[in-house]
Amino acid sequence: MFETDTIAAISTPIGEGAISIVRLSGSEAVDIITNIFQGKDLKEVESHTIHYGKIIDPETNEVAEEVMVTIMRAPKTFTREDVVEINCHGGLVSVNRVLEIALHEGARLAEPGEFTKRAFLNGRIDLSQAEAVMDLIRAKTDKAMNIALKQMDGRLSSLIKKYRQSLLETVAHVEVNIDYPEYDDVEEMSHEMMRKKTREVHAEIEELLSVAKQGKILREGIATAIIGRPNVGKSSLLNALVQENKAIVTDIPGTTRDIIEEYVNVRGIPLRLVDTAGIRETEDIVERIGVERSRQALKEADLILFVLNNNEKLTEEDIRLFEAVRGLEFIVIINKTDLEQKLDMEQVLELVGDKKIVSTSLLNEEGINELEAAIADSFFSGDIDSGDLTYVSNVRHIQLLKQAKKALEDAMDSLEMGMPLDIVQIDVTRTWEFLGEIIGDTASDSLIDQLFSQFCLGK
Amino acid sequence: MVYDAGHYDTIVIGAGHAGVEAGLAAARMGAKTLMLTLNLDMIAFMPCNPSIGGPAKGIVVREIDALGGEMAKTIDKAYIQMRMLNTGKGPAVQALRAQADKPVYIKEMKQILESQDNLTLRQGMVDRLIIEDGICKGVITETGAAYHSETVIITTGTFMRGKVLMGDLEYESGPNNQRPSIKLSENLEELGIELVRFKTGTPPRVNSKTIDYSKTEIQPGDDKPQGFSYETTEYILDQIPCWLTYTNEFTHQIINDNLGLSAMYSGAKRGTGPRYCPSIEDKIVRFHDKPRHQIFLEPEGRDTEEVYVQGLSTSLPESVQHEIIHSVPGLENAEMMRPGYAIEYDAIVPTQLWPTLELKQIPGLFTAGQINGTSGYEEAAAQGIMAGINAAAKVLGKDPVILDRSQAYIGVLIDDLVTKGTKEPYRLLTSRAEYRLLLRHDNADLRLTEIGYQLGLISEERYQQFETKKQMVQDEKDRLRTITIKPTPDVQEMLNKANATPLKEAIKAYDLLKRPELTYELISEVIDSAEALPADVKEQVEIQIKYEGYIKKANEQVDRMKKMEDKKIPDDIDYDAIGGIATEAKEKLKTVRPLSVGQASRISGVNPADISILLVYIEHGKIAKIAN
Repeated sequence: MFETDTIAAISTPIGEGAISIVRLSGSEAVDIITNIFQGKDLKEVESHTIHYGKIIDPETNEVAEEVMVTIMRAPKTFTREDVVEINCHGGLVSVNRVLEIALHEGARLAEPGEFTKRAFLNGRIDLSQAEAVMDLIRAKTDKAMNIALKQMDGRLSSLIKKYRQSLLETVAHVEVNIDYPEYDDVEEMSHEMMRKKTREVHAEIEELLSVAKQGKILREGIATAIIGRPNVGKSSLLNALVQENKAIVTDIPGTTRDIIEEYVNVRGIPLRLVDTAGIRETEDIVERIGVERSRQALKEADLILFVLNNNEKLTEEDIRLFEAVRGLEFIVIINKTDLEQKLDMEQVLELVGDKKIVSTSLLNEEGINELEAAIADSFFSGDIDSGDLTYVSNVRHIQLLKQAKKALEDAMDSLEMGMPLDIVQIDVTRTWEFLGEIIGDTASDSLIDQLFSQFCLGK
Repeated sequence: MVYDAGHYDTIVIGAGHAGVEAGLAAARMGAKTLMLTLNLDMIAFMPCNPSIGGPAKGIVVREIDALGGEMAKTIDKAYIQMRMLNTGKGPAVQALRAQADKPVYIKEMKQILESQDNLTLRQGMVDRLIIEDGICKGVITETGAAYHSETVIITTGTFMRGKVLMGDLEYESGPNNQRPSIKLSENLEELGIELVRFKTGTPPRVNSKTIDYSKTEIQPGDDKPQGFSYETTEYILDQIPCWLTYTNEFTHQIINDNLGLSAMYSGAKRGTGPRYCPSIEDKIVRFHDKPRHQIFLEPEGRDTEEVYVQGLSTSLPESVQHEIIHSVPGLENAEMMRPGYAIEYDAIVPTQLWPTLELKQIPGLFTAGQINGTSGYEEAAAQGIMAGINAAAKVLGKDPVILDRSQAYIGVLIDDLVTKGTKEPYRLLTSRAEYRLLLRHDNADLRLTEIGYQLGLISEERYQQFETKKQMVQDEKDRLRTITIKPTPDVQEMLNKANATPLKEAIKAYDLLKRPELTYELISEVIDSAEALPADVKEQVEIQIKYEGYIKKANEQVDRMKKMEDKKIPDDIDYDAIGGIATEAKEKLKTVRPLSVGQASRISGVNPADISILLVYIEHGKIAKIAN
C-alpha cells in the first residue's frame, strides 16, 4: 500500500488551462510510460528532458492522445522517486483517457495528498512542513470522503449494494458448507450454482461499467440536451454556458466526423452538450426545428435543459415536450424574465412536478449562476466546487469496478478449471471487497453476521 | 494466615485446555512452573461437547502440535471416533475432528503433567494477585499460601463469578457444579481490569441404554482414521459411532409454550451469548419457520453410558427438558442423566492485552483461554501455549513470539482478540482467515515446526524427521519438473480413465499435475516411480503443485501485508499530539496500542487517512531523532 508501488493522478485542475498533466511517481513510472508511448525510447533518454510522442491504448492499439512527456529520474524529483509527467491537451476527455491507460498498465490511483506524502517520507520536504503534510492529507481526504458520501445516495451505490448482498449470500453459503459440513438444512453449493451467480454479477458489473452514470461522466461528460420551441432562447443558453465556462470543442474519436460536441465544465461537472450544431443551424430555419429534432436529442441525454418562454403562453408543442421528458432528468428554464410574464405559472408548476425550475434572462445575463447550481445539484445533490476531486473519485470507482470484474473473472476461470469451490470463493470474496471499497464499506465482520443470520447453526 | 509457599518463574492459574498447554510450554522451555487448579481430578476436563477439532479448530490442533503442544497427542490416544471433514472440498478447508473419550483424555493429560520436569501441580483456589510496583509478582490462595513468581498466567475459563442458570434456578458455580472463583474476579476489577459478562450453555446428557437407536441415522468414523499429531503412528481402529435425529413440531411447541421459563428469555438482563452456539430456544425463536433441527447423539466415552445431546443446549427448567427430550425420535424413553444449563461468567476485555497475551496495565500478568472472551477447547489451548511461551520467554530473557495472520490460525485468533476485541464469545471460523489457502491442516508442520524447535518444544529427533520430509517434498517437485510425459497410448488411457482431456503434445509431469482432475497417484502410474515416498510427502507435493498459482497469489498479498507489519509504532507514541487523526480513531489507538501500522490498520474505526497521518508522524519522529 505504501511507498513502493507507482502512483498516478491528474495534477492540474480539470477543464482549466490549455494543458492538463498526468503525473506518475514510483519505480515503475518509466516502464509504464514506455509501454504506452510511441516515439523515442524513453528508457534511454536523459533525466529532466521533455519528448514529443503519442499515447497508444494497448487494448485497441489506437492513438489516444498527442503528448509531451517529461522524464525525471530519482532522486532529484519532487517525490525523490522516478517521476513522469504527461502533458496532454486541456479539457477532460484526453487527460482522462491517458490516466485510465496508465492505471490499466499497473499504476495505482494516488490517494489524496499522496505525492506530497511521498515527498515527505522520502525526505524531500523538511521537518517543519510535516504538520502541513498531515493537514493536507486530512483536508483532501475529508473532501474526497464528502464527495464519496454524496455519491453514495445515488443509483450506483444501491446497485453495488445489491450485487454485494448477492455475492455475500453466495459466499456465506460456501462458508456454511465449509464450517458446518454436517449442517443439512442447506443444499451443498454446486459448481453450477456458483457459475450462475458469478455470471449474473459479472454481466451486471459489465453493464455498470458501460452505462453507469458516473462512469459516463468520466469518459464522456454528462450528455446534456437543450430543448424547447423555436425562439425560446436555446441558442442564448448554449452561448451563455459556453462563454461562462470556456468550452472545449473536441473531435471525439469514433463518432461521426461532422458532429461537433462541446464540453463545458459547470462547477466541476463536465457537460457534453448534445447536438449543439443542430441548435445553432436550425434556430433560424423554423420549419426544420421543433419537437422531432428535440426528441432525437433526448434519446441520448442524461440531463435535459428545457427552455420555456416567459413571454408566451404554453403551446401544444410545449405540452408535448413535457410529455417527452417525463421520467427523465430535466431542469426547466423559464427564460426572458425581462419581458412581461404571460406564462401560466400554475400550469407550469403542475407539469414540472418535483423537478427544478430556474428563471433566467439570458439577454441580461441573469439567473445563470442559479442554473449552474441547479445542474450541479441534480448530480451530486449538492454544490461541488471546481477541482480534481470529483473527477478523481470517479476514476477510483471505475478502477475498483474493473478490479472487481477482474477478480470475478479469476473466479470464473477457476470454476471452469474445476477447482474446488472454497478456492473459487477466494476471488468471489475479493470481488465483494472491491465493490465494498466503492461505497466505503469494508467491514470484514459482515460475512460472519450474514452467516449467522442466514443459517441456524450451533451445537 | 498467609505463608510463604515458594518461588517460581511462572505460575499458571487453572488446568483446563489453556492451562495445561501454558504450563507445559513454560516448563519445557525451562521455566520453573507451578500449576494451581481447583480440582486435580478435573484436569483438561471437557465441560461441554465431547469432541476436538473440526473446520478451523482442527487445524489449530495441528498448529499446537507443530509448536510442541500436547492437545493433538492426547486426543490421538483418547478418541472413540475420528473423521476427516470436507474431503470433497479443497485442501485448505479439510480438517480432522475427533469424538473424545472424556475420562481417558483427563487421565492421559494428567499423566503428562505429572511426569513433566520443572512442573509442580497443586490443588488450590487463588484469591488474589501479588502486585509490586504495578508488576505482577505472584499469587495468594484462599489457604494463605503466597507463591512468588516472575510471571502469572490466568486461565480460569468460565469460573470467574460463574453463575449457572436453569429456568428460575440460579446459583454461583463453575461448570459442572464445581466451585466458582469469586475473589479473583473482584481482585482484577480492583486492579482496574475491564471485565465483561459472557454466557454460554450446554445440553442435557442422556443414558445410552435408554435410546432407541433404530429411529436414528448412524454417523460412523472414517475407515482409516488419521492422527492430529505429526508424531502419532498408531491409530485406534475400534471406533464408536454417533447418531443423528431431529427435533419436530412437538418439540418446538413445548419450547414455545415454555419460553417464558427459560433463564435466557425471562426478561432479566443477561450476559452476551454466542450466535454460533445458540440454545434450542434461540433457534426456535430466530428461525421459527424451520420445521426441524438436527440433533447429534455423541457418546462421552467408551466406558460410560452418558450421551451428549448436541443441538439441545438450553436453560429451560429441568421439567421442560424432560419433555423436550421425550419429543425427539429415538429419545422417547431416554433417561436424562444431567440437565442442560446456561452459565454466565466474567471475561476480560481482550483489547487490554498485548499480542503476547500479557496485560498492558500489569506487566508480568498473562491471560489465556475463555477468560479472554473465546469459546472452544482448541481456541483455549492455542492461547495457552502462546501465553506459556511468552511468559517463559519473558523470564528467560528471550524474544516474545507473535504469530501473524499468514502463519497460523492461532495468529488470526490472537490478532482478532487484541486488535478488534469481541462482543460475544469468539469462535474461530475458516472465514476469519484471509489467507486460509496458506493455513492448511496439511502444512501446519511446515509453517510452525521451526518455531517450536527454536523454542526447545520440539525434540531433535522430530525436527530431523521434519527436515527430511521437507527435503523429500522439494526433491520430488524438482524431479517432476524434469520428467516429460508424451501422449503415448498408456498416458491417454490413464487420462481417459480420469475423465481428463487427452494430451495433444508432450508436457512436464509437473504441469500435468496442475489439472484438477489428476492426482499424484495417477501420474505415478505413467512415469518412472521415485523411491517409495511416504503418503504425507506425496500429499504435499500434489497440493503445492496443483494450487501453486493460488498459493503464489496469496503470498503476494501476504508480502503487501508484511510491509505494513514491518512499520513499527514506537512504544512512547503520544496519539494526542497527532493533530490530524480523527477523534474516534485516536481513542481506539490509545486503547489497543498497536505494535505496527499493519495492526493499527485492522482496528475498526481507524481509516486509511488516519493510517497515512500516523505513518507521516512516525517518520517525522524518526527524522526529529536524527536531527537531535
